[in-house]
Amino acid sequence: MAERFESVPDVVQRLRGVDYLSDTSIAGVVFLADRLGKPVLVEGPAGVGKTELAKAAAAVTNARLIRLQCYEGLDEAKAIYEWNYKKQLLRIQADREHERDWDTVEADIFSEQFLLTRPLLEAIRAEEPVVLLIDEVDRVEIETEALLLEVLSDFQVSFPELGTIVGKQVPLVFLTSNNTRELSEALKRRCLFLHIDYPDIDREKEIVRVRVPEVDAALAEQIAKVVNSIRNIDLKKSPSISETIDWARTLVYLGRHEITPETLGDTLHVLLKYQSDIGKARKELGVDAPAVVKK
Amino acid sequence: MQWNKLDYAMAGQGSGDVTGVLPAEPHMLDVLQGFVHELRTAGLPVSMTENLDAMRAVEYVPLEQREAFKAALGATLVKHAGHYRVFDTVFEVYFSMFSPGVNAEGESDLDAEAQMDFEQLRAAMDQGGAMGQVSNEELAKMLLDALMRMDQNEMRMLAAAAVARFAGMEPGRPVGGAYYLYRTLRQLDADGLVNKMMERARDEQQIGGGAFDERLAREDFDGRLKVLKEMIEAEIRRRLVADRGVEAMARTLRKPLPEDVDFMHASREEMQQLQRAIYPLTRALAARLAQRRRHRRRGHLDFRQTVRHSMQYGGVPVEPKFKRPRPSKPEIMVVADISGSVASFARFTLQFVYAMQSEFSKVRSWVFIDGVDEVTRFFDEAQELGEAITRVNTEADVVWVDGHSDYGHAFEVWHERHIREVTKKSSIILLGDARNNYHASQAWTLGAMRKRARKLYWLDPEPRGYWDTGDSIVSEYAPYCDGVYEVRNLRQLQKFVADVVDVS
Repeated sequence: MAERFESVPDVVQRLRGVDYLSDTSIAGVVFLADRLGKPVLVEGPAGVGKTELAKAAAAVTNARLIRLQCYEGLDEAKAIYEWNYKKQLLRIQADREHERDWDTVEADIFSEQFLLTRPLLEAIRAEEPVVLLIDEVDRVEIETEALLLEVLSDFQVSFPELGTIVGKQVPLVFLTSNNTRELSEALKRRCLFLHIDYPDIDREKEIVRVRVPEVDAALAEQIAKVVNSIRNIDLKKSPSISETIDWARTLVYLGRHEITPETLGDTLHVLLKYQSDIGKARKELGVDAPAVVKK
Repeated sequence: MQWNKLDYAMAGQGSGDVTGVLPAEPHMLDVLQGFVHELRTAGLPVSMTENLDAMRAVEYVPLEQREAFKAALGATLVKHAGHYRVFDTVFEVYFSMFSPGVNAEGESDLDAEAQMDFEQLRAAMDQGGAMGQVSNEELAKMLLDALMRMDQNEMRMLAAAAVARFAGMEPGRPVGGAYYLYRTLRQLDADGLVNKMMERARDEQQIGGGAFDERLAREDFDGRLKVLKEMIEAEIRRRLVADRGVEAMARTLRKPLPEDVDFMHASREEMQQLQRAIYPLTRALAARLAQRRRHRRRGHLDFRQTVRHSMQYGGVPVEPKFKRPRPSKPEIMVVADISGSVASFARFTLQFVYAMQSEFSKVRSWVFIDGVDEVTRFFDEAQELGEAITRVNTEADVVWVDGHSDYGHAFEVWHERHIREVTKKSSIILLGDARNNYHASQAWTLGAMRKRARKLYWLDPEPRGYWDTGDSIVSEYAPYCDGVYEVRNLRQLQKFVADVVDVS
């Protein structure tokens, strides 16, 4: 198996090279996924960079990212493969005057050229290096999860008509979950498990500095501290990393170099999305509502 | 556990051959097996495959990269975020002997020199030195300095010194780690440290005036103190393991998994964890109830869609299209006992109701002792759980005569007021221990409820063995219910949710 990373620090270093700031446990699991050839199940609150991790991993390994977005009602036809029904019909009609026997026709219409590949099959058949991202896997029904099992454990797909296609490589596979439901044991057993939580102040500060270079060190530290403080409040929806970054950009646009209670009060809606949360955070932090409410 | 052998194995590993062949280091695997065994004893479901994965994982990530090593074991053995706490404890016990310089992020960031200082210091302390020439006041001052600079190496050294000096640990003494922690923290005046840090920061004008800045600074310092406490704990644990051996320590520190914590005897901290775990559970319940409905049967033929679709095949309706049935919204009615005998369960009950109400659109809730009162509005209006619970406890009119549970009267009143509102769409969930203080049961009211409702369930927080003992009359109500469940912990609640969804 081609080894994509040399060591855990190498993973950290290279991910940093594409502006993804990992920590030892994230990097450790990615490294292990490479060595063991196992998929990684990434779980954590929304907006902590689960999907970003897969994108970053694809970027540093020069691989193509193949993404399967999960949703309720996702089936085989959308995840793995589908026969091109219309083309098959046309073929049968076109064949009619040749009077060929059924076996020939069948062999013909169930061949590669009538196959529509979907993300999972595409990843398996890829010649070039790929990273497979199965996003929000907790959205599919528990029955549909079974579809993924063969792909995840053996990296192969079995067709009733064509036999089994085995992958030419074992790519990095990331599955993300927001934990809206418990995933099946069978799925979990096949994966390495990585729980990503909100970052600590130091890491968040670095993230802000990398993603919004206009922010200086002092402001970044303040931003990280304020966000951390807000996360300590019991809210419906805590601010995610992407919201922290949005907030940092907002502050840059507004030309603020320091966070005063007024600044925070004016821009709190960038961090928090529920009116009740905003009200509560104002009360807790002792910050007033903006003087002029814009419509 | 053979630590000397492990040392030997580690020395072999350190010589650069990280990819090491299995037979070269059998002792690492021994330790790992003990570790996995302890995890299983603690209740973690570690399967055979996962065990094998962990064994392969340690071939690639050496023990010296401690944090990565821990991540590797965690990723292969723990598949549930809630289990990490138990994993952490067991890991610390099993691998604490090898933790000289590890900071919060885990990188071994001591350079060689500091490492040597640290080892010397520790060796000196182990012989009873404990930085003998430094007075208590000086130690406290050094600690404050280190905290202000957040110098983790120095903090760790000072934590070790403080433990040696203040904890008063004696070999073989059968005292838990918490006692030593308490002694050390008291001597260091841990509670006062944050205030001292605040003062120092104000003197040096690191924080501006204003409540907002104060709050941020205080949180920052609280965080630093927490790091210090963890260092002290780690040091105590290291010494205890050295004294008593790994297995004994693991046994003492064993904690139940979050899903096995008994609602009736949960500590405050455990209760908060439960609260976090309840949300996904109710969301799962909501999602699965809705899903069932949508899947059960296809709706009517969608004529317009079918004709539209047939255009592709020259007007032949190859694929009939159906309307998706609308998921009907389940209505849930919760009637909960909040009397003293189930006080801590009641708190959990209210959490559960609160979580359900924010997830389902149609949840109505009542609480009772010997009178019954509807509390739906408290949960709907409240912005957070605490507020809702306070309002339930102060405003709900649940006392009729003497404030002792009277299920019979409560059900009778409920029946009289609300039975007409129960429809075939409503599921009723009753929560309580059925300890009726020898009043009349009025079980017929449940019969009436069941006749009108879709389902009627009873959740009892008492162990099954206690049912029908004393004044408990579960079995008088049970015949009228679709199911009576013992629900003392999250695991059982999960089972209930799964069962309900399966039969609905």
